[in-house]
Amino acid sequence: MSVRSTIVEQFEEVAKEQKRKLAPLTDNLQLLDSGLDSLSFAIVVARLEESLGFDPFNAAEVVDFPLTFGDFVRLYETTSATR
Amino acid sequence: MTATGKLPGSSFYGAEATVALADLAQASSLGGRLEQLRGASVVLATEDQLTAALLLIELDGVARRMVLCPPDLPQQHLSEVVRVAEAGVIVRDIADAQAMPFGTTTQITATASLTPIQTPRRQSQQTEWVLLTSGTTGAPKLVAHTLASLAGPSRAPMRADKTIWSTFYDIRRYGGLQIYLRAVLGGVSLVLSSAKEAAADFLARAGAIGVTHISGTPTHWRRVLMSGVAQRISPQYVRLSGEIADQALLDSLRAVYSKARIVHAFASTEAGVAFDIEDGKAGFAAELLERPASGVELKIQDGTLRIRGVRNASRYLGDAASALAQSDGFVDTGDMVELRSGRYYFVGRKGGVINVGGLKVHPEEVEAVINTHPRVRMSLVKSRKNPITGAIVVAEVVMNGDKSQASDFLDTQALTKEIIDTCRRALPAHKVPAMIRFVPALEVSASGKLVRPGA
Repeated sequence: MSVRSTIVEQFEEVAKEQKRKLAPLTDNLQLLDSGLDSLSFAIVVARLEESLGFDPFNAAEVVDFPLTFGDFVRLYETTSATR
Repeated sequence: MTATGKLPGSSFYGAEATVALADLAQASSLGGRLEQLRGASVVLATEDQLTAALLLIELDGVARRMVLCPPDLPQQHLSEVVRVAEAGVIVRDIADAQAMPFGTTTQITATASLTPIQTPRRQSQQTEWVLLTSGTTGAPKLVAHTLASLAGPSRAPMRADKTIWSTFYDIRRYGGLQIYLRAVLGGVSLVLSSAKEAAADFLARAGAIGVTHISGTPTHWRRVLMSGVAQRISPQYVRLSGEIADQALLDSLRAVYSKARIVHAFASTEAGVAFDIEDGKAGFAAELLERPASGVELKIQDGTLRIRGVRNASRYLGDAASALAQSDGFVDTGDMVELRSGRYYFVGRKGGVINVGGLKVHPEEVEAVINTHPRVRMSLVKSRKNPITGAIVVAEVVMNGDKSQASDFLDTQALTKEIIDTCRRALPAHKVPAMIRFVPALEVSASGKLVRPGA
Protein backbone atom coordinates (compact mmCIF):
# COMPACT_ATOMS: atom_id res chain seq x y z
CA MET A 1 0.00 0.00 0.00
CA SER A 2 1.43 3.39 -0.87
CA VAL A 3 2.28 5.95 1.73
CA ARG A 4 -0.46 8.18 0.36
CA SER A 5 -3.17 5.56 0.59
CA THR A 6 -2.08 4.60 4.11
CA ILE A 7 -2.42 8.22 5.11
CA VAL A 8 -5.82 8.58 3.48
CA GLU A 9 -7.01 5.46 5.25
CA GLN A 10 -5.90 6.78 8.63
CA PHE A 11 -7.52 10.17 8.11
CA GLU A 12 -10.79 8.46 7.23
CA GLU A 13 -10.67 6.00 10.09
CA VAL A 14 -9.85 8.59 12.72
CA ALA A 15 -12.50 10.97 11.38
CA LYS A 16 -15.05 8.19 11.68
CA GLU A 17 -13.98 7.31 15.23
CA GLN A 18 -13.97 10.90 16.32
CA LYS A 19 -17.30 11.44 14.59
CA ARG A 20 -16.00 14.28 12.46
CA LYS A 21 -16.99 15.18 8.97
CA LEU A 22 -13.91 14.91 6.81
CA ALA A 23 -13.51 17.35 3.95
CA PRO A 24 -12.52 15.84 0.58
CA LEU A 25 -8.79 15.08 0.80
CA THR A 26 -7.28 17.06 -2.06
CA ASP A 27 -3.66 18.23 -2.08
CA ASN A 28 -4.75 21.87 -1.70
CA LEU A 29 -6.90 21.21 1.36
CA GLN A 30 -5.76 23.32 4.30
CA LEU A 31 -5.33 20.88 7.20
CA LEU A 32 -7.11 23.30 9.53
CA ASP A 33 -10.15 23.02 7.26
CA SER A 34 -10.06 19.25 7.06
CA GLY A 35 -12.55 18.73 9.87
CA LEU A 36 -9.98 17.13 12.18
CA ASP A 37 -8.91 18.74 15.46
CA SER A 38 -5.47 18.57 17.09
CA LEU A 39 -6.33 15.43 18.98
CA SER A 40 -7.41 13.69 15.79
CA PHE A 41 -4.15 14.71 14.09
CA ALA A 42 -2.23 13.46 17.06
CA ILE A 43 -3.92 10.09 16.76
CA VAL A 44 -3.33 9.96 12.99
CA VAL A 45 0.38 10.68 13.45
CA ALA A 46 0.67 8.08 16.22
CA ARG A 47 -1.03 5.39 14.17
CA LEU A 48 0.99 6.24 11.08
CA GLU A 49 4.11 5.77 13.15
CA GLU A 50 2.87 2.29 14.08
CA SER A 51 2.00 1.27 10.55
CA LEU A 52 4.77 3.01 8.59
CA GLY A 53 7.44 2.70 11.25
CA PHE A 54 8.50 6.31 11.44
CA ASP A 55 7.45 9.73 12.67
CA PRO A 56 8.66 12.42 10.23
CA PHE A 57 8.20 15.12 12.87
CA ASN A 58 10.81 13.41 14.94
CA ALA A 59 13.41 13.46 12.18
CA ALA A 60 16.65 15.29 12.94
CA GLU A 61 16.15 18.33 10.71
CA VAL A 62 13.73 21.07 11.58
CA VAL A 63 10.43 20.29 9.98
CA ASP A 64 8.18 22.90 8.42
CA PHE A 65 4.81 22.04 9.71
CA PRO A 66 2.62 20.91 6.80
CA LEU A 67 -0.18 23.35 5.99
CA THR A 68 -2.05 21.37 3.37
CA PHE A 69 -2.93 17.74 2.95
CA GLY A 70 -0.51 17.64 0.03
CA ASP A 71 2.31 18.96 2.29
CA PHE A 72 1.47 16.27 4.82
CA VAL A 73 1.63 13.46 2.28
CA ARG A 74 4.85 14.83 0.74
CA LEU A 75 6.45 15.01 4.20
CA TYR A 76 5.76 11.35 4.78
CA GLU A 77 6.77 10.32 1.27
CA THR A 78 10.05 12.20 1.55
CA THR A 79 10.90 10.80 4.94
CA SER A 80 9.98 7.33 3.78
CA ALA A 81 12.22 7.62 0.71
CA THR A 82 15.26 8.80 2.67
CA ARG A 83 15.08 6.02 5.27
CA MET B 1 5.39 -7.25 71.54
CA THR B 2 5.49 -10.75 72.81
CA ALA B 3 4.97 -13.87 70.84
CA THR B 4 2.28 -15.14 73.06
CA GLY B 5 1.11 -17.85 70.79
CA LYS B 6 -2.08 -17.28 72.73
CA LEU B 7 -3.70 -20.06 70.88
CA PRO B 8 -1.93 -23.36 70.78
CA GLY B 9 -0.78 -24.12 67.29
CA SER B 10 -0.39 -20.58 65.95
CA SER B 11 2.47 -20.69 63.49
CA PHE B 12 4.25 -19.03 60.66
CA TYR B 13 3.87 -21.18 57.54
CA GLY B 14 6.67 -20.45 55.09
CA ALA B 15 7.03 -22.07 51.70
CA GLU B 16 9.86 -24.24 52.95
CA ALA B 17 9.40 -24.46 56.70
CA THR B 18 6.88 -23.90 59.46
CA VAL B 19 7.64 -22.47 62.89
CA ALA B 20 5.29 -22.61 65.86
CA LEU B 21 5.33 -19.27 67.62
CA ALA B 22 5.24 -20.88 71.03
CA ASP B 23 8.73 -22.22 70.31
CA LEU B 24 10.13 -18.68 70.30
CA ALA B 25 9.67 -18.51 74.06
CA GLN B 26 12.56 -20.90 74.51
CA ALA B 27 14.51 -20.67 71.31
CA SER B 28 16.06 -18.11 69.01
CA SER B 29 16.93 -17.56 65.38
CA LEU B 30 20.06 -15.68 66.44
CA GLY B 31 22.05 -18.52 67.94
CA GLY B 32 22.56 -16.91 71.34
CA ARG B 33 23.64 -13.53 69.99
CA LEU B 34 20.49 -11.62 70.92
CA GLU B 35 22.16 -9.67 73.75
CA GLN B 36 24.69 -8.25 71.30
CA LEU B 37 21.79 -6.46 69.70
CA ARG B 38 20.35 -4.87 72.81
CA GLY B 39 20.14 -1.12 72.30
CA ALA B 40 21.65 -1.40 68.83
CA SER B 41 20.47 -0.06 65.50
CA VAL B 42 19.98 -3.21 63.44
CA VAL B 43 19.40 -3.71 59.73
CA LEU B 44 17.43 -6.88 59.00
CA ALA B 45 18.50 -8.02 55.57
CA THR B 46 17.68 -11.70 55.44
CA GLU B 47 16.55 -13.17 52.16
CA ASP B 48 14.20 -15.57 53.90
CA GLN B 49 10.92 -14.01 54.91
CA LEU B 50 10.23 -16.59 57.62
CA THR B 51 13.51 -15.73 59.33
CA ALA B 52 12.57 -12.05 59.19
CA ALA B 53 9.18 -12.85 60.71
CA LEU B 54 10.93 -14.46 63.70
CA LEU B 55 13.52 -11.69 64.03
CA LEU B 56 10.85 -9.00 64.37
CA ILE B 57 9.43 -10.73 67.41
CA GLU B 58 12.83 -11.38 68.93
CA LEU B 59 14.23 -7.92 68.40
CA ASP B 60 11.24 -5.76 69.29
CA GLY B 61 11.94 -4.37 72.72
CA VAL B 62 15.60 -5.30 72.46
CA ALA B 63 17.03 -3.31 69.55
CA ARG B 64 16.87 0.47 69.56
CA ARG B 65 15.97 0.45 65.90
CA MET B 66 15.15 -2.26 63.34
CA VAL B 67 15.27 -1.52 59.62
CA LEU B 68 13.16 -3.94 57.59
CA CYS B 69 14.88 -4.51 54.27
CA PRO B 70 12.92 -6.23 51.54
CA PRO B 71 14.77 -8.99 49.74
CA ASP B 72 16.79 -8.19 46.62
CA LEU B 73 17.66 -4.70 47.75
CA PRO B 74 20.65 -3.81 45.55
CA GLN B 75 23.97 -3.84 47.36
CA GLN B 76 24.62 -0.12 46.98
CA HIS B 77 21.22 0.69 48.46
CA LEU B 78 21.86 -1.67 51.33
CA SER B 79 25.12 0.14 52.15
CA GLU B 80 23.29 3.44 52.06
CA VAL B 81 20.55 2.11 54.34
CA VAL B 82 23.16 0.90 56.83
CA ARG B 83 24.77 4.33 56.78
CA VAL B 84 21.58 6.37 57.15
CA ALA B 85 20.26 4.10 59.89
CA GLU B 86 23.65 4.31 61.65
CA ALA B 87 23.41 0.58 62.01
CA GLY B 88 25.91 -1.23 64.20
CA VAL B 89 24.66 -4.65 63.13
CA ILE B 90 23.32 -6.18 59.96
CA VAL B 91 21.53 -9.50 60.18
CA ARG B 92 21.62 -11.79 57.16
CA ASP B 93 20.77 -15.40 56.63
CA ILE B 94 23.49 -16.29 54.20
CA ALA B 95 26.88 -16.62 55.79
CA ASP B 96 28.41 -14.67 52.97
CA ALA B 97 32.01 -15.57 52.47
CA GLN B 98 32.59 -12.27 50.73
CA ALA B 99 31.29 -10.73 53.93
CA MET B 100 31.24 -7.25 55.00
CA PRO B 101 31.26 -4.33 52.65
CA PHE B 102 29.77 -2.41 55.52
CA GLY B 103 32.75 -0.87 57.23
CA THR B 104 32.63 -1.38 60.96
CA THR B 105 29.15 -2.82 61.02
CA THR B 106 28.98 -6.28 62.52
CA GLN B 107 27.33 -8.89 60.38
CA ILE B 108 25.57 -11.79 62.06
CA THR B 109 23.48 -14.57 60.68
CA ALA B 110 20.04 -15.74 61.64
CA THR B 111 18.11 -18.83 60.68
CA ALA B 112 14.57 -20.11 60.90
CA SER B 113 15.95 -23.31 62.45
CA LEU B 114 15.70 -22.18 66.05
CA THR B 115 18.28 -23.03 68.68
CA PRO B 116 17.37 -23.18 72.39
CA ILE B 117 18.09 -20.22 74.66
CA GLN B 118 18.86 -20.36 78.38
CA THR B 119 17.20 -17.20 79.68
CA PRO B 120 13.90 -15.81 78.56
CA ARG B 121 14.04 -12.73 76.44
CA ARG B 122 13.34 -9.44 78.18
CA GLN B 123 12.18 -6.21 76.68
CA SER B 124 14.08 -3.10 77.73
CA GLN B 125 13.09 -0.32 75.36
CA GLN B 126 10.72 0.90 72.72
CA THR B 127 12.06 -0.10 69.35
CA GLU B 128 11.86 2.16 66.32
CA TRP B 129 10.57 0.17 63.31
CA VAL B 130 11.97 1.54 60.07
CA LEU B 131 10.52 0.65 56.67
CA LEU B 132 11.85 1.47 53.24
CA THR B 133 9.89 3.19 50.53
CA SER B 134 11.12 4.01 47.05
CA GLY B 135 12.28 7.57 46.64
CA THR B 136 12.01 9.24 43.23
CA THR B 137 15.66 8.64 42.48
CA GLY B 138 15.46 4.93 43.22
CA ALA B 139 17.40 5.06 46.47
CA PRO B 140 15.04 4.08 49.26
CA LYS B 141 13.78 6.51 51.88
CA LEU B 142 13.80 5.27 55.47
CA VAL B 143 10.46 5.79 57.18
CA ALA B 144 10.47 5.55 60.98
CA HIS B 145 7.46 4.15 62.79
CA THR B 146 6.78 2.75 66.24
CA LEU B 147 4.89 -0.44 66.93
CA ALA B 148 1.98 1.73 68.05
CA SER B 149 1.78 3.67 64.79
CA LEU B 150 2.11 0.47 62.78
CA ALA B 151 -0.38 -1.62 64.67
CA GLY B 152 -2.94 1.05 65.37
CA PRO B 153 -5.61 0.82 68.01
CA SER B 154 -5.67 -2.59 69.61
CA ARG B 155 -8.36 -4.73 68.22
CA ALA B 156 -10.67 -6.91 70.20
CA PRO B 157 -8.91 -10.21 70.66
CA MET B 158 -9.90 -12.36 67.81
CA ARG B 159 -12.29 -15.08 68.76
CA ALA B 160 -10.23 -16.78 66.31
CA ASP B 161 -10.74 -20.47 66.45
CA LYS B 162 -10.00 -20.80 62.82
CA THR B 163 -8.64 -17.46 61.62
CA ILE B 164 -5.55 -17.89 59.50
CA TRP B 165 -4.08 -14.86 57.80
CA SER B 166 -2.08 -14.69 54.63
CA THR B 167 -0.72 -12.08 52.30
CA PHE B 168 0.86 -11.95 48.85
CA TYR B 169 3.06 -9.14 50.05
CA ASP B 170 6.42 -9.58 51.62
CA ILE B 171 5.93 -8.76 55.31
CA ARG B 172 8.82 -6.33 55.21
CA ARG B 173 6.73 -3.93 53.15
CA TYR B 174 4.02 -1.83 54.77
CA GLY B 175 1.07 -3.75 53.33
CA GLY B 176 2.52 -7.11 54.34
CA LEU B 177 3.64 -5.86 57.73
CA GLN B 178 0.07 -4.85 58.51
CA ILE B 179 -1.05 -8.42 58.01
CA TYR B 180 1.91 -9.81 59.95
CA LEU B 181 0.98 -7.60 62.91
CA ARG B 182 -2.68 -8.56 62.73
CA ALA B 183 -1.71 -12.20 62.91
CA VAL B 184 0.93 -11.93 65.63
CA LEU B 185 -0.94 -9.48 67.85
CA GLY B 186 -4.10 -11.46 67.32
CA GLY B 187 -2.36 -14.68 68.27
CA VAL B 188 -3.23 -16.49 65.06
CA SER B 189 -1.31 -18.19 62.27
CA LEU B 190 0.13 -16.56 59.19
CA VAL B 191 0.92 -18.13 55.81
CA LEU B 192 3.86 -16.37 54.21
CA SER B 193 4.29 -16.04 50.47
CA SER B 194 7.58 -16.73 48.75
CA ALA B 195 9.20 -15.06 45.77
CA LYS B 196 10.32 -18.49 44.57
CA GLU B 197 6.85 -19.96 44.65
CA ALA B 198 4.48 -19.73 41.69
CA ALA B 199 1.14 -18.06 42.39
CA ALA B 200 -0.78 -21.26 41.74
CA ASP B 201 1.37 -23.20 44.21
CA PHE B 202 1.00 -20.50 46.83
CA LEU B 203 -2.77 -20.57 46.47
CA ALA B 204 -2.79 -24.36 46.71
CA ARG B 205 -0.63 -24.26 49.84
CA ALA B 206 -2.67 -21.48 51.46
CA GLY B 207 -5.89 -23.29 50.60
CA ALA B 208 -4.65 -26.55 52.06
CA ILE B 209 -3.71 -24.84 55.32
CA GLY B 210 -7.15 -23.27 55.42
CA VAL B 211 -6.44 -19.55 55.05
CA THR B 212 -9.47 -17.47 56.04
CA HIS B 213 -8.17 -13.89 55.64
CA ILE B 214 -5.92 -12.80 52.81
CA SER B 215 -4.51 -9.51 51.55
CA GLY B 216 -2.78 -8.28 48.40
CA THR B 217 -2.57 -5.50 45.87
CA PRO B 218 -5.14 -5.22 43.07
CA THR B 219 -2.41 -6.43 40.71
CA HIS B 220 -1.83 -9.50 42.90
CA TRP B 221 -5.55 -10.20 42.83
CA ARG B 222 -5.85 -9.80 39.07
CA ARG B 223 -3.12 -12.37 38.69
CA VAL B 224 -5.03 -14.71 40.98
CA LEU B 225 -8.07 -14.30 38.76
CA MET B 226 -5.92 -15.02 35.69
CA SER B 227 -4.30 -18.05 37.29
CA GLY B 228 -7.35 -20.23 36.84
CA VAL B 229 -6.91 -21.56 40.38
CA ALA B 230 -8.57 -18.77 42.37
CA GLN B 231 -10.90 -21.36 43.88
CA ARG B 232 -8.07 -23.13 45.65
CA ILE B 233 -8.69 -20.77 48.54
CA SER B 234 -12.02 -20.12 50.27
CA PRO B 235 -11.39 -16.97 52.24
CA GLN B 236 -13.92 -15.24 54.45
CA TYR B 237 -12.11 -11.97 54.06
CA VAL B 238 -10.40 -10.63 50.95
CA ARG B 239 -8.40 -7.45 51.37
CA LEU B 240 -6.91 -5.12 48.75
CA SER B 241 -4.48 -2.26 49.27
CA GLY B 242 -1.51 -0.54 47.70
CA GLU B 243 -3.10 0.47 44.41
CA ILE B 244 -6.45 1.78 43.26
CA ALA B 245 -9.08 -0.95 43.50
CA ASP B 246 -11.33 -0.37 40.52
CA GLN B 247 -14.96 -1.41 40.32
CA ALA B 248 -14.34 -4.11 37.73
CA LEU B 249 -11.91 -5.90 40.02
CA LEU B 250 -14.14 -5.60 43.09
CA ASP B 251 -16.99 -7.08 41.07
CA SER B 252 -14.85 -9.94 39.74
CA LEU B 253 -13.68 -10.82 43.25
CA ARG B 254 -17.23 -10.73 44.57
CA ALA B 255 -18.23 -13.15 41.83
CA VAL B 256 -15.41 -15.58 42.58
CA TYR B 257 -15.49 -15.35 46.39
CA SER B 258 -19.19 -14.93 46.87
CA LYS B 259 -19.14 -15.73 50.58
CA ALA B 260 -16.27 -13.42 51.48
CA ARG B 261 -16.15 -9.88 52.76
CA ILE B 262 -14.31 -7.87 50.11
CA VAL B 263 -12.49 -4.89 51.65
CA HIS B 264 -10.22 -2.35 50.05
CA ALA B 265 -7.97 -0.21 52.21
CA PHE B 266 -6.14 2.99 51.66
CA ALA B 267 -2.71 3.20 53.24
CA SER B 268 0.81 4.38 52.56
CA THR B 269 4.10 3.70 54.27
CA GLU B 270 4.31 7.32 55.44
CA ALA B 271 0.69 8.09 56.20
CA GLY B 272 -0.30 4.71 57.57
CA VAL B 273 -3.72 3.18 57.25
CA ALA B 274 -6.48 5.67 56.57
CA PHE B 275 -9.61 3.63 56.10
CA ASP B 276 -11.18 0.41 54.95
CA ILE B 277 -14.09 0.32 52.52
CA GLU B 278 -16.44 -2.61 52.59
CA ASP B 279 -19.46 -1.39 50.66
CA GLY B 280 -18.40 -3.13 47.47
CA LYS B 281 -17.78 0.10 45.62
CA ALA B 282 -14.59 1.69 44.45
CA GLY B 283 -13.58 4.96 46.08
CA PHE B 284 -15.03 6.16 49.36
CA ALA B 285 -18.16 8.03 50.44
CA ALA B 286 -17.67 11.77 50.94
CA GLU B 287 -19.00 11.52 54.51
CA LEU B 288 -15.89 9.58 55.43
CA LEU B 289 -14.02 12.87 55.51
CA GLU B 290 -16.26 13.96 58.37
CA ARG B 291 -16.36 10.64 60.19
CA PRO B 292 -13.05 8.87 59.66
CA ALA B 293 -11.76 5.98 61.73
CA SER B 294 -10.73 6.96 65.23
CA GLY B 295 -7.30 8.52 65.52
CA VAL B 296 -7.19 9.46 61.84
CA GLU B 297 -8.15 12.74 60.18
CA LEU B 298 -8.61 13.10 56.44
CA LYS B 299 -8.71 16.09 54.16
CA ILE B 300 -8.44 16.84 50.46
CA GLN B 301 -6.05 19.63 49.57
CA ASP B 302 -5.07 20.64 46.04
CA GLY B 303 -6.75 17.51 44.80
CA THR B 304 -4.76 15.04 46.88
CA LEU B 305 -5.74 13.10 49.98
CA ARG B 306 -3.96 14.12 53.19
CA ILE B 307 -3.91 12.13 56.41
CA ARG B 308 -3.07 13.07 59.99
CA GLY B 309 -3.16 10.78 62.97
CA VAL B 310 -1.78 8.07 65.12
CA ARG B 311 -0.90 5.85 62.19
CA ASN B 312 1.47 8.38 60.59
CA ALA B 313 5.15 7.56 60.59
CA SER B 314 7.19 9.85 62.79
CA ARG B 315 9.88 10.95 60.34
CA TYR B 316 12.30 10.06 57.57
CA LEU B 317 15.79 9.13 58.71
CA GLY B 318 18.81 10.80 57.19
CA ASP B 319 20.43 14.24 57.31
CA ALA B 320 19.07 15.31 53.95
CA ALA B 321 15.64 13.91 54.74
CA SER B 322 12.70 16.14 53.93
CA ALA B 323 9.83 16.58 56.34
CA LEU B 324 7.44 13.67 56.28
CA ALA B 325 4.38 15.75 57.15
CA GLN B 326 3.27 19.29 56.31
CA SER B 327 3.47 22.02 58.92
CA ASP B 328 -0.08 21.21 60.01
CA GLY B 329 0.83 17.59 60.60
CA PHE B 330 -1.02 16.19 57.63
CA VAL B 331 0.86 13.80 55.36
CA ASP B 332 0.28 14.27 51.65
CA THR B 333 -0.35 10.84 50.18
CA GLY B 334 0.26 12.10 46.63
CA ASP B 335 -2.90 10.29 45.54
CA MET B 336 -5.36 12.40 43.60
CA VAL B 337 -9.08 12.10 44.17
CA GLU B 338 -12.16 13.35 42.35
CA LEU B 339 -15.63 13.85 43.74
CA ARG B 340 -18.46 12.40 41.68
CA SER B 341 -22.01 12.20 43.03
CA GLY B 342 -21.06 12.22 46.68
CA ARG B 343 -18.25 9.72 46.34
CA TYR B 344 -14.51 10.26 46.06
CA TYR B 345 -12.66 8.18 43.51
CA PHE B 346 -8.92 7.72 43.34
CA VAL B 347 -7.80 8.85 39.93
CA GLY B 348 -4.07 8.42 40.14
CA ARG B 349 -0.71 9.48 41.46
CA LYS B 350 0.04 13.17 41.27
CA GLY B 351 3.26 12.56 39.35
CA GLY B 352 1.67 10.23 36.81
CA VAL B 353 -0.50 12.72 34.95
CA ILE B 354 -0.37 12.60 31.13
CA ASN B 355 -0.73 15.97 29.42
CA VAL B 356 -2.59 15.76 26.10
CA GLY B 357 -2.59 19.18 24.48
CA GLY B 358 -2.99 20.82 27.89
CA LEU B 359 -5.69 18.44 29.08
CA LYS B 360 -4.79 16.16 31.97
CA VAL B 361 -5.26 12.39 32.04
CA HIS B 362 -4.64 9.99 34.89
CA PRO B 363 -3.55 6.58 33.61
CA GLU B 364 -5.38 4.74 36.39
CA GLU B 365 -8.68 6.35 35.50
CA VAL B 366 -8.44 5.10 31.92
CA GLU B 367 -7.30 1.66 33.11
CA ALA B 368 -10.39 1.42 35.29
CA VAL B 369 -12.56 1.88 32.19
CA ILE B 370 -10.57 -0.51 30.00
CA ASN B 371 -10.76 -3.09 32.79
CA THR B 372 -14.56 -3.09 32.61
CA HIS B 373 -14.42 -4.88 29.27
CA PRO B 374 -15.19 -8.55 29.98
CA ARG B 375 -12.26 -9.85 27.96
CA VAL B 376 -9.73 -7.62 29.68
CA ARG B 377 -7.92 -8.82 32.77
CA MET B 378 -5.64 -5.85 33.35
CA SER B 379 -4.19 -2.89 31.55
CA LEU B 380 -1.46 -0.29 31.74
CA VAL B 381 -2.00 3.16 30.30
CA LYS B 382 1.03 5.19 29.32
CA SER B 383 1.97 8.46 27.79
CA ARG B 384 3.42 8.40 24.28
CA LYS B 385 5.25 11.42 22.93
CA ASN B 386 3.43 13.16 20.14
CA PRO B 387 4.47 16.07 17.91
CA ILE B 388 0.94 17.50 17.75
CA THR B 389 -0.32 17.41 21.34
CA GLY B 390 2.87 16.78 23.27
CA ALA B 391 1.64 13.41 24.42
CA ILE B 392 -1.21 11.02 23.76
CA VAL B 393 -2.67 8.13 25.70
CA VAL B 394 -1.83 4.57 24.72
CA ALA B 395 -2.65 1.31 26.47
CA GLU B 396 -1.20 -2.15 26.91
CA VAL B 397 -3.84 -4.76 27.60
CA VAL B 398 -3.71 -8.27 29.00
CA MET B 399 -6.68 -10.35 27.99
CA ASN B 400 -8.23 -12.90 30.30
CA GLY B 401 -9.46 -16.36 29.53
CA ASP B 402 -7.57 -19.43 28.52
CA LYS B 403 -5.99 -17.83 25.52
CA SER B 404 -3.96 -14.94 26.76
CA GLN B 405 -3.22 -13.86 23.23
CA ALA B 406 -5.79 -12.74 20.71
CA SER B 407 -6.48 -15.74 18.54
CA ASP B 408 -6.00 -14.01 15.26
CA PHE B 409 -5.61 -10.69 13.59
CA LEU B 410 -9.32 -10.09 13.07
CA ASP B 411 -10.04 -10.89 16.69
CA THR B 412 -7.39 -8.33 17.74
CA GLN B 413 -8.92 -5.74 15.45
CA ALA B 414 -12.42 -6.36 16.74
CA LEU B 415 -11.32 -6.33 20.36
CA THR B 416 -9.32 -3.14 19.90
CA LYS B 417 -12.37 -1.45 18.47
CA GLU B 418 -14.55 -2.69 21.34
CA ILE B 419 -12.13 -1.46 23.96
CA ILE B 420 -11.81 1.94 22.32
CA ASP B 421 -15.59 2.19 22.03
CA THR B 422 -15.92 1.29 25.71
CA CYS B 423 -13.52 4.11 26.54
CA ARG B 424 -15.23 6.51 24.20
CA ARG B 425 -18.56 5.98 25.96
CA ALA B 426 -17.09 6.58 29.40
CA LEU B 427 -14.36 9.17 28.86
CA PRO B 428 -13.77 12.47 27.08
CA ALA B 429 -11.93 12.14 23.77
CA HIS B 430 -8.46 13.12 24.99
CA LYS B 431 -8.49 10.32 27.56
CA VAL B 432 -9.31 7.57 25.08
CA PRO B 433 -6.23 5.55 24.12
CA ALA B 434 -5.07 6.29 20.59
CA MET B 435 -3.66 2.79 20.34
CA ILE B 436 -4.01 -0.52 22.10
CA ARG B 437 -1.32 -3.15 22.25
CA PHE B 438 -2.08 -6.64 23.52
CA VAL B 439 0.61 -8.13 25.72
CA PRO B 440 0.83 -11.47 27.49
CA ALA B 441 1.78 -9.88 30.81
CA LEU B 442 2.58 -6.59 32.48
CA GLU B 443 5.60 -5.91 34.62
CA VAL B 444 4.87 -6.04 38.31
CA SER B 445 7.21 -4.64 40.96
CA ALA B 446 8.49 -6.58 43.92
CA SER B 447 5.86 -4.84 46.00
CA GLY B 448 3.08 -6.24 43.83
CA LYS B 449 2.19 -3.08 41.96
CA LEU B 450 2.14 -2.39 38.24
CA VAL B 451 5.41 -0.84 37.14
CA ARG B 452 4.70 2.54 35.64
CA PRO B 453 7.18 4.33 33.36
CA GLY B 454 8.97 7.13 35.13
CA ALA B 455 7.43 6.21 38.46
